[in-house]
Amino acid sequence: MALLEVEDLSVSFARRGQRTVRAVDGVSFTVDTGEVVGLVGESGCGKSVTSLAIMGLLPKQPGLTVGGKAVFDGTDLLQLDDRSRRDIRGRDIAMIFQDPLSSLNPVIPIGLQVTEVLTRHRGMKGDAAAKEAAQLLDRVGIPDPKRRLKEYPHQLSGGMRQRALIAMAVACQPRLLIADEPTTALDVTIQAQILELLKDLVRDSGTALVMITHDLGVVAGMCDTINVLYGGRVVETARRRPLFREPRHPYTVGLLGSVPRLDAGRGERLTPIPGSVRDLLPWAEGCAFAPRCTRRVDACVGQPPELVSAHDGRSYRCVNPAPPAGATPAAAPVDPAAPVDPAASVDPAASGEATSAGGQVPAPREEEKP
Amino acid sequence: MTDSDILVEVRDLKVHFPIKRGVLFDRTVGHVKAVDGVDLRIARGKTYGLVGESGCGKSTLGRALLQLNPPTAGQVSFDGVELTTLAPNKLRAMRKRMQMIFQDPMSSLDPRQNIESILTEGLQTHGIGGSREERRKIISETLDKVGLPRWALSRYPHEFSGGQRQRIGIARALVLGPELIVADEPVSALDVSIQAQVVNLLDELQDSLGLTYLVIAHDLAVVRHISDTVGVMYLGALVEEAPGDRLYTEPLHPYTRALMSAVPVPDPDVEDRRERILLAGDLPSPANPPAGCRFHTRCPWAQPTRCADERPVLREIGESRVACHFAERIASGELRPHKVSVEIVRPAGEGEEPDTVSAPSEPGSFV
Repeated sequence: MALLEVEDLSVSFARRGQRTVRAVDGVSFTVDTGEVVGLVGESGCGKSVTSLAIMGLLPKQPGLTVGGKAVFDGTDLLQLDDRSRRDIRGRDIAMIFQDPLSSLNPVIPIGLQVTEVLTRHRGMKGDAAAKEAAQLLDRVGIPDPKRRLKEYPHQLSGGMRQRALIAMAVACQPRLLIADEPTTALDVTIQAQILELLKDLVRDSGTALVMITHDLGVVAGMCDTINVLYGGRVVETARRRPLFREPRHPYTVGLLGSVPRLDAGRGERLTPIPGSVRDLLPWAEGCAFAPRCTRRVDACVGQPPELVSAHDGRSYRCVNPAPPAGATPAAAPVDPAAPVDPAASVDPAASGEATSAGGQVPAPREEEKP
Repeated sequence: MTDSDILVEVRDLKVHFPIKRGVLFDRTVGHVKAVDGVDLRIARGKTYGLVGESGCGKSTLGRALLQLNPPTAGQVSFDGVELTTLAPNKLRAMRKRMQMIFQDPMSSLDPRQNIESILTEGLQTHGIGGSREERRKIISETLDKVGLPRWALSRYPHEFSGGQRQRIGIARALVLGPELIVADEPVSALDVSIQAQVVNLLDELQDSLGLTYLVIAHDLAVVRHISDTVGVMYLGALVEEAPGDRLYTEPLHPYTRALMSAVPVPDPDVEDRRERILLAGDLPSPANPPAGCRFHTRCPWAQPTRCADERPVLREIGESRVACHFAERIASGELRPHKVSVEIVRPAGEGEEPDTVSAPSEPGSFV
C-alpha cells in the first residue's frame, strides 16, 4: 500500500458576490515509501493549495470547502481533528516552504525554532535538545552550527535559511516530506546545493518526498514519478524518463517546448503555448486546456476528458494525445495540419472558433494575482 | 569589429554606493562596490547577455549604462557620444535612443494610467508626433508590433495578464524608436509558457527593427537562448565574456563552469550524466570583497598565494576573455579541483556587533 494516497482532492474558495474558485478540482496521486514524486505546473494550477490541504494548513475561513481523501498510512488526514493533526505534522509529515525568510520567525533565534520541534515531538529538553539541534544544522551543511543556533534568521543568507528550514523539517525523521518550491527564491548555485542536500537526505533516510515546483529541470534530475497539473487537475502522470522522452498530453508537450534549454543553440525559436494560464475552461465543460491546445478536436469541449491509463503506470487526461514513440518531443507538438504559430497567442481569430476564452480576452478580475 | 559596428562601449565603469552611519554627521564608513571596473562593448544589432547571481552588480551595471545611477568612475560611450559628461538636457534627448524594460511589469506600470496615456507620455516628452492623431498612429503601430489588440488603449494595467503587461512594458520602450534596449530580467516574473512567448517576441523585434539588446538575467538558459555574446559577472566584475555558443561548450572560468553545471536541464538523461560542480558557501559581501581573485574563496581550483594575492585581469584566450590566472591549465585538465571548506560569508565581526551595517543587496532595498 502506498504511503500517501490522495484521492479526488478538491478545494474551493467561495466569497460572497464572487464566483467560486475551484483551486484544486479532483487531484489524485500516490506516493510510495522512499519515492520522490513531483507535482509540476504553472502558477494557479493548484499545486501549492494541494500541499496545504494535505497538511491542513489552509486558513479556516467561511467559504472554504475541502473534499476528497488524503490517506496517509491508513488515516485520512482530512478527517482528523486539530489535535491529532498536530501530532502527525512535524513528526510523520513535514513541510519545506518556498520563502525561508517569511516562514521563519524573525524575532526568535534559529536554535529555539529548531528545538521547538524536538521538544514537541521527541520530548527533548535543554542541553540535549541544543546538542541535537546543532547536529541537525551540521547535517544540512551549516558551518559553525553552535554559533548559528543563537542567531536570528536575518543574520543568515538565503541558502543558509533554507538549510535551517530543512533541518527543522527532518528533525523528527518524518516519513513524508513535502517541499513547496524549495529553491525558487534561491540563486542557481545555491539551488544546486539545496537539491543535492535533499537528494542525500532522501537517499540516506528513505523519506518519501513530494516535490512541488514549476521548474521542469528540477524534476528531471530528482523525481521518480511526475504529476503534471493544469487548472487544478492532474493531466498527466508518468515515470521520469517516459514523461520527458515522449510526453503524451499536449500541455506537457507545450511546457517542454517552451523551456529554453542550456544545451540548445542560439536562434532556435521556442514553441510557446498560446494564450495565458487564465484562459481556462471549467473542467465540467470540457478539457480546461482546450482554449490553448493545438491538438484540440470537437470532443474536447462538452464533457471532461477521462483519465486514460497506458502501460507502466502512465496515465493522461486527453482525448487526442500526442502520438507516442517515434516522435521526438521537439516534433511532437507540431501537427503538420495545425502548426503552432506564436502569433496565435496574439490574434484571437487564429486561435479558432471554439475559444471564446482564447486569445487576448482580459482575465476575470477576481483572479488578479500574479 | 570596426568602431562603427560598436554601439555601446563601456570602459572601466565603477559604481560605488556609500554606506553611511550616524545621525548628525553622515559619516561614510565604507562602500558597496556594486560594479568595480567593467569593460564591455556591444555591437550594433546584436544581443549582449549579462548573467550572474543576485548581488553581483548586473542590474546596477545596466542602470549605470543608461545613466540612471551616476557612475563613480569610468566612461560609457553610446554611438560615439560620451554619456558620463553629457549635459542633462542633451542626455535627456539621448534617452529616446536607449530604453529600458523592467522586471516586474506590475510595479513598473502606473496602475492609474491607461495604456494610451502610458505610451503617449514618452512621445510628448520627446516631442515626437505633432498632433494627437499622429501619436495615436504611432502607438497603434507599436501595439501591433508587440501583439496587443487596439482596444487595449483604453484599458488599465490590472486588466491584463502578466505576459500582456510585459508586452505593454516592451511597447513603452519601443514607442520612441530606440536603438538600444536594456532589458533587466524581462521574463523572470512570468510563467514558463508565457516566458517563451516574450522571448520569441524580443527575438522577432530584433530581426524586424534591428535593435541592440543588453539582456540582464539570472537564468542562463534564457540568456543563452537570446544572446550573441554573454558576459558572466561575479561580485561587480566580469569574469568571462565569450560568444554564446562557445561559453556553453567551453566555459573557461571556474565560476562559469560551476554556474553551467548548476542549471537544471529538463532532460533526465542529461541530468544523470552531467558532472556537477557544487560551490561551497555563498556570495561574499560586496562591501568587503576578498582580496586577489574575488572568486578564490569558493573556487575549487584555487591555487595557493597567487589567486589570493593578485587580482586577475580579463585576458583573451581564443574568442573568449577570461579573468583567471590558471584558465588554460584548468581547461587542459592539468589542475584538478579540490574540496573547498565553507567560509563564513559575512564581513568579519558581524553577528557579534549588533550595530554593524550590512550592505543592502539592491540599492534602496533594505529587506
